[in-house]
Amino acid sequence: MRFNSLNTKTVAIRIAFALLFIFGSNYASASNENNEENDFNAGEMIMHHILDAHEIHLFTLNEGTPEEHHINIPLPIILYTDDRGVEVFSSSKFHNADHSYDRYIMHHEKIYIADADGQLVFDEKEHAINEKPIDLSITKTVTGILITVILMFFLFGGMAKSYKKRRGQAPKGVQSFLEPLVLFVRDEIAKPSIGHKYERYMPFLLSVFFFIWIANLLGLIPFIGGFNVTGNISITLVLATFTFVITTFTSNKNYWIHIFNTPGVPWWLKLPVPLMPVIELFGMFIKPVVLTLRLFANITAGHIIILSFVSLIFIFGNLFGDGAGYGVSIVSIAFSIFMNFLELLVAFLQAYVFTLLSALYFGAAVEEHH
Amino acid sequence: MDLVQPGLGLVIWMTLAFLVVLFLLGKFAWKPILTMIREREESIEDALKEAEKAKDAIRKLKSDNEQLLNEARQEREEIVKSAREMKSRILAEAETKANEKGDKIIAEAREQINAEKSAAINELKNQVAALSIEIAEKIVKQELASNDKQKELIQNALESSKLN
Repeated sequence: MRFNSLNTKTVAIRIAFALLFIFGSNYASASNENNEENDFNAGEMIMHHILDAHEIHLFTLNEGTPEEHHINIPLPIILYTDDRGVEVFSSSKFHNADHSYDRYIMHHEKIYIADADGQLVFDEKEHAINEKPIDLSITKTVTGILITVILMFFLFGGMAKSYKKRRGQAPKGVQSFLEPLVLFVRDEIAKPSIGHKYERYMPFLLSVFFFIWIANLLGLIPFIGGFNVTGNISITLVLATFTFVITTFTSNKNYWIHIFNTPGVPWWLKLPVPLMPVIELFGMFIKPVVLTLRLFANITAGHIIILSFVSLIFIFGNLFGDGAGYGVSIVSIAFSIFMNFLELLVAFLQAYVFTLLSALYFGAAVEEHH
Repeated sequence: MDLVQPGLGLVIWMTLAFLVVLFLLGKFAWKPILTMIREREESIEDALKEAEKAKDAIRKLKSDNEQLLNEARQEREEIVKSAREMKSRILAEAETKANEKGDKIIAEAREQINAEKSAAINELKNQVAALSIEIAEKIVKQELASNDKQKELIQNALESSKLN
């Protein structure tokens, strides 16, 4: 079942990327030729949804007309520069023609310090080369993190409270919904992977499991600005780094023996050329990298697929007229709904996979010699 | 590309947020939740063991009861059997006693009858004797008118009395 759905997903990703290349590139060039037409660019729209932003974009009024108006929730911008220290202001300050405020200019959601003329300087690849302040803003993704964290406090704080109130009794309410999941992490992930030392890893495993799962689900809720927390590589990198640090710092002697003097391997793989130790040492660092990429790629791909199906409506509408757009919408929406359900599964699955792999790494770190 | 480039701000916020989650939830949620789940599991296990024990006790009690019942049944049968035996014995005894008594009564009656009979015979003898004497007297008076006849008569009387 799991492999089936993953296969379906890979196929769907390929189709979506193919479509993106075909239509997206056409439209990118089309809109470059004629910017006034305000054509729909699927690639840009999708990237805009997936990447981090300094505001939560809810919807656009009068789209494609001169009175176009974006309805946004502005978020605080926090900048640090050596000369001015910490500066805090609202992202709505950038809502003007040249996206500038004070000496800062926002270009593609990145904040630059304007040069002496108050302009951005671009290199030949159209990348701005201006100096950048350290951007510690509460962005859309940080908001997503905070929502997830607050939800977790609310859910599990409440759960802990009801355990204290109903000590030794059967679970009730939110407690009876979450307890099977907690038991799932304990009995299906931690115990079989780590063994009898599982208890000290439980707080991390539970936190990481529920953080990823809730953040994944948050990204699937429509109309709230499309949070993409776990589909952001910074987030998955931090989570994987936690796994790596905990693995490394709780490891026992056997773990290091296994890396530098792998048992059961012929000696000529270790001496004189230390092939195995080098491979094992690389493996140590590749593991968290793979953890980072797997979660990031799965969630991002899911978002891209759903957005691509929605984009198809507008691509067909622009290419062959409104009728084609309406016609395609039936298929597109059916596929988006299907993908949304698949993503609900993937949301849980990826949380499970990340937690399971972390647990396996912890298990390897504390494994006793046998 | 922006997509695969980690942002410093996000990394810092995420690290902070996750550390806070780890610390606060670890202290105030995961620890009590896991402890209490384990406590409850243990108490459930204990309760199940207790129930198993109670079941065993009940089973034992049941078998004891069964045994008691069996014993009682056996005892009852024995009692009934002995009562039956006693009854037949008493009946038999009563019968022999009754028979004995009957025999005795019959024997007594026979004796009495015999006694009465012999008494009656004796009386009859006496009366016959008296009658005979009377008759004899009369005859004698009549007969003894002559000596011969007296002698003959005495002779005859003697002979006949010998027959008696």
